[in-house]
Amino acid sequence: MRLDVRKTYKLFIGGKFPRSESGRTYRALDHKGEFLANIAQGSRKDARDAVVAARSAQSGWDSATAYNRGQVLYRIAEMLEGRRDQFVSELQALTGISEKKANLEVDAAIDSWVWHAGWSDKIDSVAGNMNPVAGPFFNISTNQPTGVVAVIAPQDSGLVGLVNSIAPAIVSGNTVVVIASEKLALPAITFTEVLATSDLPGGVVNVLTGSEKEIAPWLASHQDVNAIDTEGSQNAVELELKAAENLKRVIRPGSYSRNGSQGSLQHILDLMEVKTVWHPKGH
Amino acid sequence: MQKISPETIVGSRITNQSLRRWLHSLPGVDKVGLEQRAASLGTRSIKTTSKAWALDAAIKMMDLTTLEGMDTPERVRSLCLKAITPDPTDLSTPSPAAICVYGDMVPHAKKALEGTNIYVAAVATAFPSGRASMAVKLLDTKDAVKNGADEIDMVIDRGAFLSGNYLEVFKQIVAIKEACLRKDGSYAHLKVILETGELQTYDNIRRASYLAMLAGGDFIKTSTGKVSVNATIPTTLLMLQAVRDWFDEHGVMIGVKPAGGIRTAKDAMKYLVVVKEIAGEAWLTPEYFRFGASSLLNDVLMQKQKMKTGNYSGPDYVTVD
Repeated sequence: MRLDVRKTYKLFIGGKFPRSESGRTYRALDHKGEFLANIAQGSRKDARDAVVAARSAQSGWDSATAYNRGQVLYRIAEMLEGRRDQFVSELQALTGISEKKANLEVDAAIDSWVWHAGWSDKIDSVAGNMNPVAGPFFNISTNQPTGVVAVIAPQDSGLVGLVNSIAPAIVSGNTVVVIASEKLALPAITFTEVLATSDLPGGVVNVLTGSEKEIAPWLASHQDVNAIDTEGSQNAVELELKAAENLKRVIRPGSYSRNGSQGSLQHILDLMEVKTVWHPKGH
Repeated sequence: MQKISPETIVGSRITNQSLRRWLHSLPGVDKVGLEQRAASLGTRSIKTTSKAWALDAAIKMMDLTTLEGMDTPERVRSLCLKAITPDPTDLSTPSPAAICVYGDMVPHAKKALEGTNIYVAAVATAFPSGRASMAVKLLDTKDAVKNGADEIDMVIDRGAFLSGNYLEVFKQIVAIKEACLRKDGSYAHLKVILETGELQTYDNIRRASYLAMLAGGDFIKTSTGKVSVNATIPTTLLMLQAVRDWFDEHGVMIGVKPAGGIRTAKDAMKYLVVVKEIAGEAWLTPEYFRFGASSLLNDVLMQKQKMKTGNYSGPDYVTVD
């Protein structure tokens, strides 16, 4: 008889897979309560490190051309397709859904990722503007990424909810620190394995596993985080209060659907800042 | 304190032969043991009041440094202003011990720091390579001293040291020390940069430390910050052992200055632990221990803000240097 290799997964910070600084792990269970894998239980110091990684990756990701960002995201969609079977079996094990339903969720996740990738070079075509002004000036508003975004991923949707939370943030040039669903962390970890082998620069997406209750307040009060998406939080109000300290942008729970095969432009724009420039008209 | 002559210490006339005999009689360094000890001291956890003390101490022991080809008087002045008021949101923040600049920037730094007790340190002797004739090195030093530099950071001639010409290195340090003489008969503080990243072995670092102390350096400094390997904890630990043993043997306290690559408050605290454990608490003062650093100050300030507010701070809340 052969023994299974029991896995102990790690965090995903700055393109690397470190153990939690705290050394803690927790057990991921399947829908019947059986042991699936050990998962790193991230701490506030892991969150701090993740913010540093996200910050240092931000300017590079932001200054890549929109076209290039789109290509990187499309490539990730291709790789998600390649991992389809793994995602399906993980979703089935965790939630007990049928293979057909699990396949539908993976379909939705990949479709939504592609939908978001397509937006990278179209945001300003749709949401930018040439403003009418009373003077001989061009007055142009464009949208800029806000910076580092903390995302508390939905607790009840392991893959499609995660994709619909990360993609709207990074497509415009933000970098993210994500706290994955505590119970459904396995697809998030597999997703990081996809990212690590894609062309996405290290630090653009950082994924922490563990207790949202423990980690999220540190991200909400962090002065170097520019926005927080509180979708998966149980204490969204508390987080919003902390976020007010440095005027973070806040996305409240339930603002956007996270289960569909496409997202919302408004969600993308919520994590951007409008920049308006005045330029004198020539003669 | 009565100065002991180098001849007494070496036990004969100073020649290349006698220096070689003396330096090579020093015990060899146990590399594995040294690195293990440094690593184990680095794991200490410093919390709450100790951490607050350590952060302030790190600032007080800092030589805030700008040594770039693109330095301008304005840049030096703004760095001096930063030294005077490191954190405008917390006026209780102490000032660094000194500003470290190139020789031609000394007058500007002196002027900006007038009326404060922040020292001005100047790098001299054809920093960072040290490749110039002795006449140029002496002039370089005298010029900085004349312009009011309180401290001189000199580099040793690594080429001479590595080819075994210890006497040449010794003579140069002695001559530069004399060039530090001010009009009023006092001496500018002399820091001797060993450039440990170029010395190849720990044994060489130990020998260079002893040679610098023998020649009259007030401080031994690890690095220029201009080569790929800068200050590390093991080399600093080794140099701290050297100054400790020197004090035990000859009763003279010499300072140590790690420089280059120390960027985070966490790193700085590791160094402070090593100072306390190896040399002892007497060295935990700006008089005998310094950090040569440029970006360290901002990280320490962010850590102080974190301790004060309970929130992690960010680079938006410190100056862009």
